[in-house]
Amino acid sequence: MSTTHDPAAPRPTRSGARTLAVTSGKGGVGKTFVTANLAAALAARGQKVLVLDADLGLANLDVVLNLHPKLTLHDVFTEKATLEQAILPAPGGFSVLLAGSGMVEYSRLTPDVRDKLLHIIDLVKPRFDWVLLDTGAGISDVVLFAISLAQDVLVVATPEPTSLTDAYATIKVLAMQQERRHVGLVVNQANRVGEGRLICGQLQQVLQRFIGPASAQHFRLELLGEIKADQAVRQAVLKRQLMLEHYPGCDAAQAIKALASKLLG
Amino acid sequence: MPASHPIDAQGLALDQALQLLQQAGASLPDEAPLSAAWLQAVLDALCDLSSRDALTGLANRRSFEMALAREVDRVARSDEAALLLVLDIDHFKAVNDTHGHGAGDRVICAVARVIEQAVRPMDLVARVGGEEFAIILPNCAPTVGLAIAERVRERVSQLGIEIGPGRVLGVTVSLGGAFAPQWVRSSPLLWMERADRQLYRAKAEGRNRACLEPQVDSLVSAEERGLLFASLNLDTQQDLP
Repeated sequence: MSTTHDPAAPRPTRSGARTLAVTSGKGGVGKTFVTANLAAALAARGQKVLVLDADLGLANLDVVLNLHPKLTLHDVFTEKATLEQAILPAPGGFSVLLAGSGMVEYSRLTPDVRDKLLHIIDLVKPRFDWVLLDTGAGISDVVLFAISLAQDVLVVATPEPTSLTDAYATIKVLAMQQERRHVGLVVNQANRVGEGRLICGQLQQVLQRFIGPASAQHFRLELLGEIKADQAVRQAVLKRQLMLEHYPGCDAAQAIKALASKLLG
Repeated sequence: MPASHPIDAQGLALDQALQLLQQAGASLPDEAPLSAAWLQAVLDALCDLSSRDALTGLANRRSFEMALAREVDRVARSDEAALLLVLDIDHFKAVNDTHGHGAGDRVICAVARVIEQAVRPMDLVARVGGEEFAIILPNCAPTVGLAIAERVRERVSQLGIEIGPGRVLGVTVSLGGAFAPQWVRSSPLLWMERADRQLYRAKAEGRNRACLEPQVDSLVSAEERGLLFASLNLDTQQDLP
């Protein structure tokens, strides 16, 4: 499937939404924060965006967005609700499909879980310009499967040894097992300007040596964003507000908008 | 039971319960027979009896399952790594077939004692099946987990088990392990399945070995880690040109 996208197109083409998985090696690096704010930034650019909570094990998109969903993906899976009922408007002008609790049974990748996820993606794709998959952290088979459903992948990492090691491991798996040729990187909570570029270069260099010659030949890790540690982010997270809505002028918001622009090409 | 119907202790049939306790070597309570304190002590002793494996005195399958469920809940809240190890005596059927079931029982007891001594005091060791054991290791870092699994394996392999006059037998064990997932809600059943899968792997790879489920971390070699951080100066806050 083509990964090109024409930003001038007012509505999705027949192939449907562009799908982007947002993941991270380690939990707690701001993956959901980036996903939600990126969705808002894309929506502000006139895109019709759905965030699909694919972190079936430990979803927290509802917490980040301060939503109290009555109907969730779980209800769609169990046919207690239709897709239309479960897709909710989120602050920031995008839509969300939340995983909700009671998803323990989906933390194991059974053929049934595969089918359900595939089916949901197929159903939502024609209705949106962008589908962002907020996946779980780590490299469990469910996470890797959720990522495999997306055309593009964005890995979120912080400049901290555990996060970088785990991000490296995730990207390595994506390059080797999923034969991804391109992975996007967002360095969150950067301590200094230019740190993202430095980290991206270092990751790329070590990856080239260890992913095997066949993968290394084509593989490219691209820095798509550097979000500096920002007081406004802390405030927004604490108040469970969407940063882009409440602190649109802060540095982090500018970085997210730049990320959206890059994705729109 | 409503308060208006107090228990008539005299009417309780306790013979079998007391017989059971006696047979298991549990001392009977000192309190006045049929007093509330005495009944409570009898119940406590029965609870203890029903949570232990009769042969080895280890936790039995029932109490293991309760402990495992508690640990899943605890990990989800504490964000502490916990390891579940399952182990199995290699070629145990051959021991029974060749040396008889008495010898088999002796082997099981000897292995049980070695496991108890090789783990940390807070770890729970249970006999969960014929020649199968399980260990719950709370608050267990990945490197510590592998070290303990290896220690159990090694100490069992060094064991000389006397199964009769002048007859000493050596056995080995295979171990599988999985850490409680820290970023996913899980269930005791899933955790057990993941550890079991590693046990099958240890068996398939030739037995007498410990296999832990690979973690994100273990995908990255020391060399890769070294290169990764070689020129990254993460402590400074000075902007780059």
